[in-house]
Amino acid sequence: MTKFGQTVEKEQKSAGKVVAWILRVGLAILIPVIAFFFLYQGFLFLRAGNAPKWVIAVVAIVWGVGGVAILYYLFNKLVESLSPDWTERLQPFVFVGPAIAMMIWFLALPAVRTFYFSLFGRNGPPALPVTMIFTNPGEYFTVVAAQFVGLSNYAAVFTDRLMLSALRNNIIFWIGIATPLTVIVGLLVAVLADRSKFERMSKSLIFMPMAISFVGAGVIWNFIYEVNPPGTPQIGLLNAVVVAFGGQPHGWTNYTAIAPWNNLFLVIIVVWLQTGYAMVLFSAAIKGIPEEIIEAARVDGATEIQVFFRIMIPHILGTIITVTTTIIIFTLKIFDVVWVMTGGQFGTDVIATQFYRQSFINRNSGYGSAIAIVLLLAITPVILYNLRQLREQEAFR
Amino acid sequence: MNIGRIKRSINALLVNGTLILIVLLWLIPVVGIFVSSFRQRFDIQTSPWWNVLPHRGWVMTKTIDPRELELDTNSPMTVEGITATFEEMQAGVEEGDTRLVWIGNRRIGNIQIQKKDWIMPGGLTLDNYQQVIQGKNIRITHADGTVQTVRGDDFSVALLNSLTVAVPSTIIPILIAAFAAYGFAWMRFPGRRFWFILTVALVVVPLQIALVPVLRDFAGLSLNGTFLGIWMAHTGFGLPLATYLLFNYISQLPRETLEAAFIDGASHFTIFTQLILPLSTPALASFAIFQFLWVWNDYLVALIILGPDPNVRVVTMKLASIVGDRGQDWHLLTAGAFVSMLIPLIVFFALQRYFVRGMLAGSVKG
Repeated sequence: MTKFGQTVEKEQKSAGKVVAWILRVGLAILIPVIAFFFLYQGFLFLRAGNAPKWVIAVVAIVWGVGGVAILYYLFNKLVESLSPDWTERLQPFVFVGPAIAMMIWFLALPAVRTFYFSLFGRNGPPALPVTMIFTNPGEYFTVVAAQFVGLSNYAAVFTDRLMLSALRNNIIFWIGIATPLTVIVGLLVAVLADRSKFERMSKSLIFMPMAISFVGAGVIWNFIYEVNPPGTPQIGLLNAVVVAFGGQPHGWTNYTAIAPWNNLFLVIIVVWLQTGYAMVLFSAAIKGIPEEIIEAARVDGATEIQVFFRIMIPHILGTIITVTTTIIIFTLKIFDVVWVMTGGQFGTDVIATQFYRQSFINRNSGYGSAIAIVLLLAITPVILYNLRQLREQEAFR
Repeated sequence: MNIGRIKRSINALLVNGTLILIVLLWLIPVVGIFVSSFRQRFDIQTSPWWNVLPHRGWVMTKTIDPRELELDTNSPMTVEGITATFEEMQAGVEEGDTRLVWIGNRRIGNIQIQKKDWIMPGGLTLDNYQQVIQGKNIRITHADGTVQTVRGDDFSVALLNSLTVAVPSTIIPILIAAFAAYGFAWMRFPGRRFWFILTVALVVVPLQIALVPVLRDFAGLSLNGTFLGIWMAHTGFGLPLATYLLFNYISQLPRETLEAAFIDGASHFTIFTQLILPLSTPALASFAIFQFLWVWNDYLVALIILGPDPNVRVVTMKLASIVGDRGQDWHLLTAGAFVSMLIPLIVFFALQRYFVRGMLAGSVKG
């Protein structure tokens, strides 16, 4: 009797447990679903957009930021409602999963897809459902093969006249001139500021252009290069100076008679924008040199120039390499400045403007993708270097 | 002793002098557009911006009607002791401190007598800003008294759009990256090493590589031209760097603090929200500033994801479109450029310390 009663009680208990468990899981699933539903409604509201502009802005910000926070909270609740074993197993994916998913969707997978696109003609690979590989493989592969062009887009990248001039500009003007110029001016300012009385202010002002958009910088420098007909007052600073010294005014960035040297006037803009970055890193590195070493050298009768070349430069070599690499990466991808100033005309095209033109204006996605892959390949050594650094890092075992 | 001191002060002069020169060179471009943005349209187009400083120039003293003097325009004429032909006068004849300029045509024109004198600046205005910021029709009174009605450029909407894009595009990736950084630093799970290596590899990958495929996906999901779409894009592109930087910071936090919390029975989620996030404020702030400036100043991603719809245009697109359509309208371009720079400059100068810290930690993005 008692035994029987116990079993019933046990069964009732476990039945209750099952129900509670189902309820809990059901609720845990339902809540995210409801949350998603509300977030989606918010999205529709934002797209419809009849409310006053500022209301939409506020709703959008709260909805976007709050939505993400709520989703994390809910998914964590869901995982924590499971047994401790499963919580431990699944919780890392709640934490890391969204980041990995986004990175795969927006960077890793696109790299592969862009490479795939680059093997096809101007319309890219045929837009057939992937399931066709299984249902009708014959036709699928026939259609794909018809639009497949192999590596001919890459052949075009390295033979097309415009693309060659873009590669030349990237290599000679942007990597060859803009990068060392930025590094040298940045180093000069860092050294000077280190010995000056108004270090903070001067560094702050030279750093300031880092806060200015490339489009804004384009406007600023367009104004400096502005040209008026000869004989009338020059409102552009550069032409006013040139005319004051008896020269002829020109619209310097579109001055094709001196091409390709008109690129230099774009280079100046980027040096103006990026010197602050180089300066900040060099300045920190210089401050890291032990004072005694420099003092000792001075006592031994070293001139300032010797101190600079024999002590400072070797000490901050690592930083110089980092800064140079960073600026090379930056100049390889240079787009906005060129696009706003010249639109890539007058022989100022670069890889990224060619990419934009081919992909989004000429709608030649195969060729555009090939250009993007060339850009990625150019940066690959830096990626490998970063990974090697990571291996040497203690923090990640 | 004395020579040493002289040498040192010459050195200091050289150092400070060169530095001041470089700082001025760096500043002048910005000062140029800042000053111009307050000048009237006509002034900007006809005289350089540094004319707002007191300078010597020609000032009209009187106008002479050549018909009253019964001058013959077909032969050299003498006015105020200067003799010149009509063609020469039309171009302007100078002699000493006097200049003659024939204004208008041969039959009904006038002769202006100008003297060289100091010109004090004036005529600064806020009209340009009004015209750039507002979207309504605006009446503009020109220097010659004519009144023109023009449509404003509506930068206020673009500013609002930029904020709507930039704030979530800054906070969302930081939130996601902070969770991931904590996961990588303090949780053990299969594939941890692989996923972290992938993250680091993606840090410098140029986003150009992603634009065509992402645009295709967005077209399928009808996310093109929406704020959600551009938030997601900026989040995706910003995540590798954010995760890497925050990992470097969060993994360096003292192990004992976390272990103590674990022993007290706190869950990962509690530790993360109550302990790690507050402790990581400096790292979060430095990345936030970096990402905010990056997104606010971004042009390429906005151009491609937001597209041509004027309702969602951000300031960089708005400014670029004026450059393209009305590249000579300097009164609008200068004011517009300044409006677009205002918020990033405030953020920059207010939080420069964090920005520099982020940069030293390696804030360099692909």
